[in-house]
Amino acid sequence: MTAARLLRHETILLVLTIMALAVLASLSDKFFTAENLLNQGRLMSEVGLVALAMTFVIVTGGIDLSVGSILGLTAILLGVFWKNVGLPLPLAMFAALACGTFAGWANGFIITRFSVPPLIATLATLALYRGLAEGISEARSVRGYPEWFFFFGQGEVLGVPLQLWLLGIATVIAAVILGLTPFGRATYAIGANETAARFSGIRVNATKLWIYAAAGFLSGLAAIVFVSRVTTTRSDMGTGLELDVITGVVLGGTSIFGGRGTIVGTILGLILIQALKNGLALSGVKGDGTIVVIGLVLIGAILIGALFDRNRGG
Amino acid sequence: MKKLTLGAILGFALMSGTALAQSAWTGGDELPTSPLACDGTAAAAAAMPYDGGSPANAPDRKGKKITVVDIPKLIGIGYFNATTKGILDAAAELGNVEAKTDGPTKANIDEQITFIDNYITSGVDGILFAANDPVAIAPVLKKALAKGINVVGYDANSEPSARQWFVNQAQFNGIAKAMVDAMAAEIGEEGSFAIVTSTFTTPNQARWIAEMAAYAASCHPKMKWLETVEAQEDNNLSFNQATTLINKHGDELKGLFGMTSVATPASAEAVTQAKLCGKVAVVGLATPNAMKPYVGADCVKSVVLWNPVDLGYAAMQVLRATADGTLQPGATSVKAGKLGDLQIINGSEILLGAPYVFKKDNIGDFDF
Repeated sequence: MTAARLLRHETILLVLTIMALAVLASLSDKFFTAENLLNQGRLMSEVGLVALAMTFVIVTGGIDLSVGSILGLTAILLGVFWKNVGLPLPLAMFAALACGTFAGWANGFIITRFSVPPLIATLATLALYRGLAEGISEARSVRGYPEWFFFFGQGEVLGVPLQLWLLGIATVIAAVILGLTPFGRATYAIGANETAARFSGIRVNATKLWIYAAAGFLSGLAAIVFVSRVTTTRSDMGTGLELDVITGVVLGGTSIFGGRGTIVGTILGLILIQALKNGLALSGVKGDGTIVVIGLVLIGAILIGALFDRNRGG
Repeated sequence: MKKLTLGAILGFALMSGTALAQSAWTGGDELPTSPLACDGTAAAAAAMPYDGGSPANAPDRKGKKITVVDIPKLIGIGYFNATTKGILDAAAELGNVEAKTDGPTKANIDEQITFIDNYITSGVDGILFAANDPVAIAPVLKKALAKGINVVGYDANSEPSARQWFVNQAQFNGIAKAMVDAMAAEIGEEGSFAIVTSTFTTPNQARWIAEMAAYAASCHPKMKWLETVEAQEDNNLSFNQATTLINKHGDELKGLFGMTSVATPASAEAVTQAKLCGKVAVVGLATPNAMKPYVGADCVKSVVLWNPVDLGYAAMQVLRATADGTLQPGATSVKAGKLGDLQIINGSEILLGAPYVFKKDNIGDFDF
């Protein structure tokens, strides 16, 4: 029953995505070219990486609003560790990633230890981490990274942008963990009924800690890719990222109330949004028009999903 | 610690204000200044080699119809609506340019990059931009150049090598001259004044103050600087600081400089509430909309900024000249339609000209 319902949402989404791709390809001959699609993949990767972790978070019935701020903080720390502290760049990357992971773990700690609703906890750290990023950087940007570092954001392997490889590998790992492992089933169980999960012997708090830490880690990874892509570090990086990420995840069929959602859905949701943004721009629709269309598609997809649910008597 | 240091500096400045009157004013930086001549004749520009980029294998666009997209920092605000108007005016006048403006609704560098990227793919001939970050925007602009697209910036520059030309709206010494001249005209050659700035270390403000001090020293030597106060870019704090200055210096204070678009209207409000309109002049950098009430009530006579419509117009003209090949590296000036010949400075920047002073009779023409 549950599996069938999930399949249903993703099938609708797949059909929608293919329809969108077809329509957009007919609107502009520049859209459906390998070069453009790979380039769009490059632009989608940072949101995509964070969305993988966000799927887990939302499946547990939580939310993480601080991912954009963690991205900004990690980016700043990367610059500070390298330029001001003087660490070698690979070590600085590692240290920044560790800090990003810790920032995510701290979210989880606040949520599980003090039973603060995730919305409130991460709303607070959204401000806290951004404030730290701005304070540490003193609104100055770090520039002048060595050439090899740009490989992460601008390089290619076998003709495919490097970050798309990263996203691909991370997607497979996330899909396997969520779909096929006890950890994944624990994630669903927590979202479906946390009390029941607790009494069933699932280590609810540990699971959540892992998930929020992973959100921090992937936000940090996205930060490194981002810094490498734009060649500079700014404290306002990733502002508003959380909304793009949550939009993709929710469009992908993950229930905001928890207990339901898949990685495949999230990826489809992201592709649909990115295709709409890019395809509409290429066919001459201005930025403000594009946002309106994305809003309508989001409402439409959710209404269709709800309609199917009701037909089943749910 | 920082506060303590600042307090010490401030205290020192207050005690020794008169003694220091001959030297630079507090709040300026220590970089070398280059004050303009008192009558405004342009100094001979120091020759500097072209440091802009060039598009790879650009097709011959001379006289041909081109499509141009303008991607400002953000869309939907008065300032960039005004630059867009200038761009469209120029495009209409040229007749062989199809121009449009598109961009993010927030000043977000990441979204701006995505917009530019999409327009590169869609195959435009020219890109105009006002960068949200000079370095972060560089890779995508270089990509545009590599695809043979003509790239010209205005308002906010990128790294020089990532674009061909940049239209510079105002140089520090030009703004400084306009500010000091306006103040001298209002309070007389021997009037005394104070300055409300953001912080002593904010780069632009510090540069302007240093240039103002240098220009006043050579062209209005008898004007008396009282003190400079910090007000962040905070509306309330600016108002309080201006009020404190008015109470502290009493009749001696004849004028206030507002160094930010927040400090200027706040100073005007302080003067208005102290019922000193006409007795204490306010001159400053600000946008017309914020100043309309005070200019309308005759409390403020001159607001210094540049004309964003002209800025957009010049950017479009420069792009066309670049596409036509009439503007080549090494040129010293460029023809920009109704604006006439514009001077080329710093290798690859085009100077829009003297700053624009908004007064009662022209401020109504602007909406930003």
